[in-house]
Amino acid sequence: MTAKPFVDIRHAAKSYGTLEVLKDINLQVQKGQIVAIIGPSGSGKSTLLRAINDLDPLTSGEIWLEDKQVNKSLPPRQYEKHINQVRQEIGMVFQHFNLFPHLTVHGNITLAPKMLKGISDKEADDLAKDQLARVGLLDRIDYYPSQLSGGQKQRVAIARALAMAPKVMLFDEATSALDPELVEEVNLVMKKLAEEHMTMIIVTHEMGFAQDVCDRVLFMDQGIVVEEGPPEKIFRNPENERTQNFLRKHLQSQK
Amino acid sequence: MDFDLIFRVYPYFLQAALVTIQLAVYSTALGLICGALGAAARLSRSKALRFVGAAYVSVFRGTPALIQLFILYFGGPQIGIQLDAFEAGVIGLGVNIGAYMTETMRGAIISVDAGQNEASRTLGMSRWQTMNKVILPQAFRLMIRPLGVNINAQIKGTALVAAISVVELTYTAQRYIGSTYKPFEMFFLAGIIYMAIIYVTGLGISWLDRRAAIR
Amino acid sequence: MGLDFTVLPEFLDTLLLGSLWTIGITLSAAILSFFGGILFAVIALYAPAVVRYPFRLFAWLFMGTPLLLQLFLIYFGLIQIGVDLPAFVAGVIGLGLHFAVYNSDIIQAGILAVDKGQFEGARTLGLSNWQSIRKIIVPQAVRAVVPPIGNNMIALLKDSALVSVIGVTELTLSAQLAISKTFRPFEFYLAAAACYYVINLLLEAGLRRIERRIQAAR
Repeated sequence: MTAKPFVDIRHAAKSYGTLEVLKDINLQVQKGQIVAIIGPSGSGKSTLLRAINDLDPLTSGEIWLEDKQVNKSLPPRQYEKHINQVRQEIGMVFQHFNLFPHLTVHGNITLAPKMLKGISDKEADDLAKDQLARVGLLDRIDYYPSQLSGGQKQRVAIARALAMAPKVMLFDEATSALDPELVEEVNLVMKKLAEEHMTMIIVTHEMGFAQDVCDRVLFMDQGIVVEEGPPEKIFRNPENERTQNFLRKHLQSQK
Repeated sequence: MDFDLIFRVYPYFLQAALVTIQLAVYSTALGLICGALGAAARLSRSKALRFVGAAYVSVFRGTPALIQLFILYFGGPQIGIQLDAFEAGVIGLGVNIGAYMTETMRGAIISVDAGQNEASRTLGMSRWQTMNKVILPQAFRLMIRPLGVNINAQIKGTALVAAISVVELTYTAQRYIGSTYKPFEMFFLAGIIYMAIIYVTGLGISWLDRRAAIR
Repeated sequence: MGLDFTVLPEFLDTLLLGSLWTIGITLSAAILSFFGGILFAVIALYAPAVVRYPFRLFAWLFMGTPLLLQLFLIYFGLIQIGVDLPAFVAGVIGLGLHFAVYNSDIIQAGILAVDKGQFEGARTLGLSNWQSIRKIIVPQAVRAVVPPIGNNMIALLKDSALVSVIGVTELTLSAQLAISKTFRPFEFYLAAAACYYVINLLLEAGLRRIERRIQAAR
């Protein structure tokens, strides 16, 4: 018997006009589980991830985080309040970091906690230091984003998300924009989070990382989940032809 | 060129230049306020406010500033607005440049990368908090130079109030052209002063821009 | 005193005639400013130094001073050197010169912006110097230059109101004539503003069409 799911996506569907980008997707993630979503570009994997915190609202379907529905229907004003509350519990990391260029690393990390949780300056300082230590960048606390490398920027972005003490972390191709030699430092941080049993949903192009770190892998194509299962099965013995083709092409392109 | 004449009349031009500077400063301040309100209206979620903002921009950019000034100064008394020429000049020029500044400010705000909004909203910040703490601080830096272009135009635009007899630089030049029949000298003298005002303003804008630059 | 718009119809033809004059002045000055802009751009970029530097000084003066002041200079200056032009001609010359300087700035930037590689590419294909300029450089520069010059035309339309000050009977001065008979400034200036607004809309629509056609011709 499995526990009640921590993140529960039920019958998620999304379309732009006649174009269906998500078709009846169901996904249950248990607490502490790490799920990778792979698939070709345009498969809908990023759209699904961005639906979880309602950045890209679904056309129909439900998203639940523990016992709260994320995308419940409310009048606009109440919904605004509700979603801002829920988003504090869902951390997100973007492909292009989206750090605030006008703030230092310290400012990037403490802006939201100070504003939304009303913590003191002292508590904010401690928080910034703790989170930066977690991603190994304590010595960059007073730098501006433009003074950091891509890998460092992404680690700061992770620290910024963690500072809100989220229940789940979403990673939207967090290493895709990085030079190859900078990918590993970000992967290491994500692995560390995995060891701390953070619940994570990761959209990625990196099959090796998905294989090493994740408990489950979903292969998406054309808006549906084609195949899912433990990484050994998906990567070693994929059943579906589309999965096989995708993985073969991917392996070739990496050679 | 009659330098004797220039040396004789330049004190009057400098006095007039003070009026020009006052006009430019006050009307620019009013323009910035109108621009901020206009941009807020144009970016608002309320359809009615967006319409008001768009109408303001369209009407004031779609008709000559001179006509706007005439409606206010000559037509104002008919609807109970009594202003002296200087006041009418400040208000007329300010509201006019405000329409241009609305577009400048709006442009700067919407050119802040969409990822900034996404990142803030993802952290749970409200629309207002995001605008206030993330978007606007970045937009301010982007708008300094284009606002500088608006202000540069406004300094030259103050000449319009000569048409309602405010004794500023262009009016003074016109009067001395009429009395001395030396148009080149008077143009030269007034021109130098205008360019000096624009030059100094430009230095100020560059200084602000450098100071605000993102590190 | 209140407002009374019933006085307008009597002077409708005055306003319409004024509008036609405004359109005529705007178009004449626009044509002058366009060709003047090309000429000035060529002078500023390619003329020998003895011509180039004085010209740049002249351009700098025209960009740094108010149009109204320039109109006074041209109108009274020409009289002083013994050329007594009709106000209409002086107005067109003043507006045309003023915007020619601004257009020249845009055209210079357009010429310089066309990638040098384009010219080299054309020469490599065996096109002559003149052919390269005509077939490769000019079409690209035109595409970059048309939208900002269009914006200048729109500014020109509105600035054409200034020539009323030197006595050109265009829309603004026509409104003033009606006001001097009726003492109703609010109504007539508002009517004039409406005329300007409509002309402005037409001009913008026309410019958008030209832009679309140029953008499509790839």
